[in-house]
Amino acid sequence: MSLKELSSLEKALGLKKPNKYSTQGDRKVPVLQTINGQALVGLVTIATHLVQEAKRPELLGGSAEHKAVVQQWLEYRVTKVDGCHKEDIKTILKDLNSYLEDKVYLAGNQFTLADTLMYYGIHHVIVDLAVQEKEKYMNMTRWFDHVQHYPSVRHHLPPVVVLRNRVYTSGHH
Amino acid sequence: MVASIFTFSCNFQYFINDGNPHCVKVLAVLEFTGVKCDVKHVNHEERVVPYLSRPALPALLLPSGTHLFSPNSICQYLIELNGQESSDIVNQWLEWEATELQPAVMHALHMVVLQGKGAETPRVLQGPLSYLDQSLSQRTTLFLTAEMVSVADVVLWAALYPILSDSSLVSGNQTLQLWFERVGMLAACVSAAQTVLQGKGLKAESLKTYLQRQPTTHHGQGQVQGRGTQPCNSPEGDDDDCVLSEEEIQSAAVTWGKGLTDLPMVPERQHPILPQEGKRNVLVTSALPYVNNVPHLGNIIGCVLSADVFARYGRLRGWNVLYVCGTDEYGTATENKAREEGLTAQQICDKYHAVHASIYQWFQVDFDFFGRTTTKKQTEIAQNIFWRLHERGFLLEDIVEQLRCEACQRFLADRFVEGTCPFCSYPEARGDQCDKCGKLINAVELREPTCKVCSQTPVVQSSKHLFLDLPKLEAELEQWLERSTGSGDWTANAKQITRSWVRDGLKPRCITRDLKWGTPVPHPDFSDKVFYVWFDAPIGYLSITANYTDQWEKWWKNPQQVELYNFMAKDNVPFHSVVFPCSLLGAQDNYTLVNHLVATEYLNYEDTKFSKSRGVGVFGDMAKDTGIPSDVWRFYLLYLRPEGQDSAFSWVDMATKNNSELLNNLGNFINRAGMFVSKFFESCVPAMALQQEDKRLLAQVGWELKQYINLMDRVKIRDALKCILNISRHGNQYIQVNEPWKKIKGDETDRFRSGTVTGVSVNVACLLSVMLQPYMPTVSHTIRQQLNAPPSVTGTLLQGTGNFVCSLPAGHHIGTVSPLFQKLESEQIESLKKRFGGQQVTSDPAAQTAVNGADAERARELTLAVAEQAEKVRTLKGQKAEKTVIGAEVTKLLELKKQLSLAEGKDPEPVLTKGKKNAQPATTPASDPAAQTAVNGADAERARELTLAVAEQVTWGGNKCNELGIRGETMEV
Repeated sequence: MSLKELSSLEKALGLKKPNKYSTQGDRKVPVLQTINGQALVGLVTIATHLVQEAKRPELLGGSAEHKAVVQQWLEYRVTKVDGCHKEDIKTILKDLNSYLEDKVYLAGNQFTLADTLMYYGIHHVIVDLAVQEKEKYMNMTRWFDHVQHYPSVRHHLPPVVVLRNRVYTSGHH
Repeated sequence: MVASIFTFSCNFQYFINDGNPHCVKVLAVLEFTGVKCDVKHVNHEERVVPYLSRPALPALLLPSGTHLFSPNSICQYLIELNGQESSDIVNQWLEWEATELQPAVMHALHMVVLQGKGAETPRVLQGPLSYLDQSLSQRTTLFLTAEMVSVADVVLWAALYPILSDSSLVSGNQTLQLWFERVGMLAACVSAAQTVLQGKGLKAESLKTYLQRQPTTHHGQGQVQGRGTQPCNSPEGDDDDCVLSEEEIQSAAVTWGKGLTDLPMVPERQHPILPQEGKRNVLVTSALPYVNNVPHLGNIIGCVLSADVFARYGRLRGWNVLYVCGTDEYGTATENKAREEGLTAQQICDKYHAVHASIYQWFQVDFDFFGRTTTKKQTEIAQNIFWRLHERGFLLEDIVEQLRCEACQRFLADRFVEGTCPFCSYPEARGDQCDKCGKLINAVELREPTCKVCSQTPVVQSSKHLFLDLPKLEAELEQWLERSTGSGDWTANAKQITRSWVRDGLKPRCITRDLKWGTPVPHPDFSDKVFYVWFDAPIGYLSITANYTDQWEKWWKNPQQVELYNFMAKDNVPFHSVVFPCSLLGAQDNYTLVNHLVATEYLNYEDTKFSKSRGVGVFGDMAKDTGIPSDVWRFYLLYLRPEGQDSAFSWVDMATKNNSELLNNLGNFINRAGMFVSKFFESCVPAMALQQEDKRLLAQVGWELKQYINLMDRVKIRDALKCILNISRHGNQYIQVNEPWKKIKGDETDRFRSGTVTGVSVNVACLLSVMLQPYMPTVSHTIRQQLNAPPSVTGTLLQGTGNFVCSLPAGHHIGTVSPLFQKLESEQIESLKKRFGGQQVTSDPAAQTAVNGADAERARELTLAVAEQAEKVRTLKGQKAEKTVIGAEVTKLLELKKQLSLAEGKDPEPVLTKGKKNAQPATTPASDPAAQTAVNGADAERARELTLAVAEQVTWGGNKCNELGIRGETMEV
């Protein structure tokens, strides 16, 4: 799964030569053999490395503060979203929804790697949401729709339909 | 560069909680980098990061307002401020720490500190530790990534500090040990460990407290398993393949051997219950249900049932418990309901008070007293508090502009007025809120307002009102809140809602209302007014207690001896945590204030909300018609209790839980244990000789019992129920493995073994009967009857931290055993689902069409007749005719309307009963709102619709937030 993500990310970053990956352990943690013989382990580590290689440092955040926010959501993706229990999904959606209330992207107004990886990681949850649930998590859905339409992000994943008009308008409880 | 960091960094705020090992990381890096920052110690449940629904600590608040809640990101950030960039390899270690090491460490800490299973930690930690050890050995540098300490070293050191500082836990991994000591010598690390864990590592009491407060650690073990640890993908419920130490197993056997001797009995309840010296005196209240409607399942679980479980538990624990509740009866909604049903307000209250009482009785809610708010005591106490507030200068006077209907001769409160919404131009906005756009409205802002009773246009008039001066009491309130929330068990939502109220600053609140149905304001300048319900209703707790005993002040003016628990749904929190405490603090009469505020979230119905008007959901009075026993209802509602987050009632799920948990798990175990005794041993508990395996079961059960008590003491009612189900699961497994039904047919040793297994099992069943008592009182009683359990079991087993003793010794005779639960069949559930799925009001649409088709002609005729009759009534009224004459014509009008309703295929029932009662002119003074409705030609049907619309707004949670005008402020929190 994470290998597909990395290969999509490579394409999105415009890296010409695809890297070779392997996995390690039960959870199939990705491993990248770099040119200097060093092995990099872990989705976030490798993705960060790829961004640097593609000379797109803005995707990791501009200021120190932005960088920290990007790192934080990358970590959230791999610790909270990956392998989450069914009962925790609602909490994750709710938290993302309230966080995104006043933001366009996870790190504010700028698209970053955090958006890409969060999008990949949460896609399987959003696919299964009913229209009403999508409306309930409106900010999160709006963000998701933005990201899936962001140029060259959505590679290996099917698009999720998001309605523009609200269907369940009375539900303001 | 450094200077700039310093000036700027004074605005950093770093929030930490004692005992949280994650805080060590950041503190160490703060020391290390020299970045200055305000360190704030907060409670474990403090939600510092506003958008996260669970507390995330530690957290760093930046001057820009951004929160960082990931300790590793905070560390990276601080290091970067110091001018160092993270390299790939540092990133990799930090990612490894978060995804692999951290879950294993938390798992290990949980086992060592909370379960005392130190021996098991190597198994859990071995994978990650040897990975780290190997990586270190392969390097030639002193530290993880270089010759210099990096952020990765500090983070990993801090993560491992509690575990590795105890050398008994982990042996081997020499390179790792050396590295750990090297990093630990840094001054920054020493001081960080001192601050958070007092330098005591695993033995820090604060660490234990912290771990106990982590609800997810135990139940989320499947989640926190990482690479290198054993897979643990067990399904919900049995996630505790709890590994017991030898000492625990032996000590469980010793406890078992003590038997029932010399342990006290639970004394009989004797009314009136009063606080006693030297006892734990617990006063339990449930939010007073509003009288004008039948409560639905959400109301029931939110307050009365939850409080009942806790009160029952407290009595079993030997506490001196008083549980009071009653119906809240004053207010506009009651007046409206009275108009709608053609009764007086008092009649409505009498009628619905009885409905409530019988519903709770059916649900076996064991109040010590179930009273009401429309009593003399209520007037006395409310007026007394009012005068005390007045004398002490906590009341303000102010002029309020209000709409007044000249025709009806009264001010139009809240829902007595309608008009066009000033925001969205919706033509039917109510006086307090617009149903279309949801905005709160001040009635005078309505365009084209009309009186809901007579449809005349009201005029704006000013009226003098009294306000409670909350800002003046704010400082005292905050002091008290600090104490109460610090020492009591307040649910997280209760604290958070309260905090947001106080944070936004308190404003004076109007306590008077221009209504008739309420507690009269005793002040001569306000003689035509009553108290606003939010001021009045909580005083109901006091007056209801006063109606129970004259010595009510021993409970309510005795904070030294009494502990007060308030149960409610979350929309009621501000009134119990801010407003009512302010009334009591201002009265300065040594009142007992709430110590533990227990608020639930909301219960939904299937995928929607309970709605009386749409007939969606199960209401209290219908539950018994389902044929499902009250105990099963209680079980399922408590199993679903919206504790910490919303939950949803579902029929299919109810059937599943009944069939899998009650029938196949709990009932099956208890029944089998009893049946073996009666079938194989002539109903006489056999002799037992405990083997290791039996002792292991005793220890497992004992551990669950301790958990149960621990959770119940903190009012985690839903979580505690899982412990009961875990015990019977262990029991079933134990029977399954030992096969007593086979061994009974074997040689003497086998037969004896069969006896031991049966004897142990039936004792576990007996323990379960006691633990079940708060949840399922009838089933609990039945089991004890079947087992012929001695009366002292109820008190004994739940003393202290729980004692699983042998309460049915060898030779004990049990009674007749029979099955406890019945299967819920899917057809039965499907039909219930249909019945309660929203078709109750409109009945079958096909049938309705038929009726309409047949009677369309008649309906037209009747519509004309109704209009004529209404005109006649209006004319008579205009001529000021005698009341009896008008009354007779009104009767005719109502009869016609009833026929019209029938012809239109509508349910005429509510109109019908009203009409009959209304037909007594002698009891229908002109001021009776119901009569006015009819007299003035305002359509009764329309009034009903409106009230239903109101009911829909206030569908769940035992609330009357609309009534209180607080909806916008609390619901969206």
